[in-house]
Amino acid sequence: MRKFLLQRLAFGLLSLVAATLIVFVLSRLQGDPLLLYAKPGGYGVSPEQIAALSEKLGLDRPLIVQYFLWLADVLQGDFGKTLLAEQDVRMVVFQKLGATVQLGVAAFMLATFVGIPLGVLSAVKRASIWDYIGRTFALLGQATPAFFTGILGILIFAVYLGWLPPSGRPTDQPFFPDQMVAMIMPMVTLGWLPAATYLRLTRSSVLETLDSEFVKLARAKGVNANRVIWKHAFRNALIPPLTVSALILIGFLEGSVIVESVFAWPGVGRLAVDSIHNNDFPLLTGVIFMFAVLYVVGSFLADMLYMVVDPRIRYN
Amino acid sequence: MATDTAATTSPDLISAQVRTVQDGRGKRFLVALRRWPVIPIIIVTVLVGMTILAPWLAPFGEEEINLRGRGAPPLWYGEWYAENPNLQTTYILGADHLGRDVMSRIMYGGRVSLSVAAISLVIGITIGSAVGLVSGYFGGIFDELMMRLVDVWNALPFLLIAILAAITLGQSVTILLILLSLASWAGSVRNVRAEVLTLKTREYVAASKVAGSGNFRIMIRHLTPNVMNTIVVLATLRVGGLILAEASLSYLGAGVPSNIPTWGNMVSDGQGYLNSGEWWISVFPGTAILLVVMSVNFIGDWLRDRFDPRLRQL
Repeated sequence: MRKFLLQRLAFGLLSLVAATLIVFVLSRLQGDPLLLYAKPGGYGVSPEQIAALSEKLGLDRPLIVQYFLWLADVLQGDFGKTLLAEQDVRMVVFQKLGATVQLGVAAFMLATFVGIPLGVLSAVKRASIWDYIGRTFALLGQATPAFFTGILGILIFAVYLGWLPPSGRPTDQPFFPDQMVAMIMPMVTLGWLPAATYLRLTRSSVLETLDSEFVKLARAKGVNANRVIWKHAFRNALIPPLTVSALILIGFLEGSVIVESVFAWPGVGRLAVDSIHNNDFPLLTGVIFMFAVLYVVGSFLADMLYMVVDPRIRYN
Repeated sequence: MATDTAATTSPDLISAQVRTVQDGRGKRFLVALRRWPVIPIIIVTVLVGMTILAPWLAPFGEEEINLRGRGAPPLWYGEWYAENPNLQTTYILGADHLGRDVMSRIMYGGRVSLSVAAISLVIGITIGSAVGLVSGYFGGIFDELMMRLVDVWNALPFLLIAILAAITLGQSVTILLILLSLASWAGSVRNVRAEVLTLKTREYVAASKVAGSGNFRIMIRHLTPNVMNTIVVLATLRVGGLILAEASLSYLGAGVPSNIPTWGNMVSDGQGYLNSGEWWISVFPGTAILLVVMSVNFIGDWLRDRFDPRLRQL
């Protein structure tokens, strides 16, 4: 098992190198990042200054050397400065991280507290109205693109009803109620798909455990029906949804890019899209590095959870 | 519509209905409804048929501009059409800010959206299945390497890489196809490999080997037909995801170039007109995405339960 964990960790690191290398190479394909400082035919920047700048940023060396220089800095905790505002990349990312984490945690709670109970309900009361509500909810959640959920939400709750603000995060307003209210739509948009995933998984696994021998035995012994569901079936049925949790958290990384774009939510996802449009490569590589780290850590945790939660699974 | 699809085809409700139906033909129809995902199949057929036949069915051209019809609402806004008698035409699903017919654009846009998803699916699943087949059959160092590659691959944040690539390499359908294929091939390797691992120990494979078949022949003649079920089920379960991926990338401005109408691009175009109440520009193409993806997912679930229940965990 220890060998397995070490192996996973090694390949996780490899993913990290691959992700950053791809990003690094791609971000240089667009052209010289120096052009952001000095437009061709522009004014005020002499060739000498450009040469000095390029030496300062290490742009005169081969790409692969630049990558390793960057990697060496990263390993020392230095992500460089953004090209546009010359701010510390780490600072910029950390400033935006709060908004994304807030949104992610809210969406995760929504998914858990809606998806899992509804899943149990639709399994226990199979073929009842609850089952159909639950399954329709799941079917819609898996089929609606997040940006479309967002747009429908804006249309109904902001434009027609005027109950919720269409976008933004009012940081200058008090957290309650203004920021909370502004968070409702992004939260639902981001949380619907994971809620649907939880619901489907919980439903099928509760159905499976309700059909198992030990539940039948408990029933035959005359154990109270509620006790059978919550004590015997639910606990065992929680394994699949629990193990998928880490993957759901990973999914938020990609989800946040879209949801934050739709709702102009000032988080890391939007920062990534903005930095791409500005060709701000230190910022972008920093953001993607962070995303890739979270990705790798998340997949690693998913594997760990599998083993911890379900001792029947053994890796060799 | 959505609720209908979910409710009518689910077995339990139908069985309840079937019991109350005495009439023989009606009963047979309802039994068929229970056995086959009829409604999703109809939705997919109609929408796909509409996009294929777009040049003949669409009332207007995809880029046909009519400035008199700017922001014309759907058919049922009778008052608007009464107030604008000069227009002399009716847009069934409304028109956008340049007076282009939304319905015609949905038909033409679907051609791009659906073919991008279909082509990248075929490329991705073919590569993935081939890799799974070869690594499962030969095992050894190649298998080990491929499995690790899949692990590394699955940990890459593809959405961001795709946005970045689209912006640095330029937006084009070809690049989008390559990206989506790259993002999707790794998903099917493991399932196919697992299948091949059990299949290759079967007697008929051994018999074929004794009879002198080469590895290639065994893989093509004996293994491929047997993993086909799994491949088809996997493919159907992935179509929806690919349609959504294309739409999301186009929406973010990193998919199909914005001058080509696709469902994602149309939703994105219409977002700016929500505040002025012109909801139809983005709501109808979005609904088209929703309907297709939902139906395809439904058919995928059904195929899985029927042909390959071992893939349950997907």
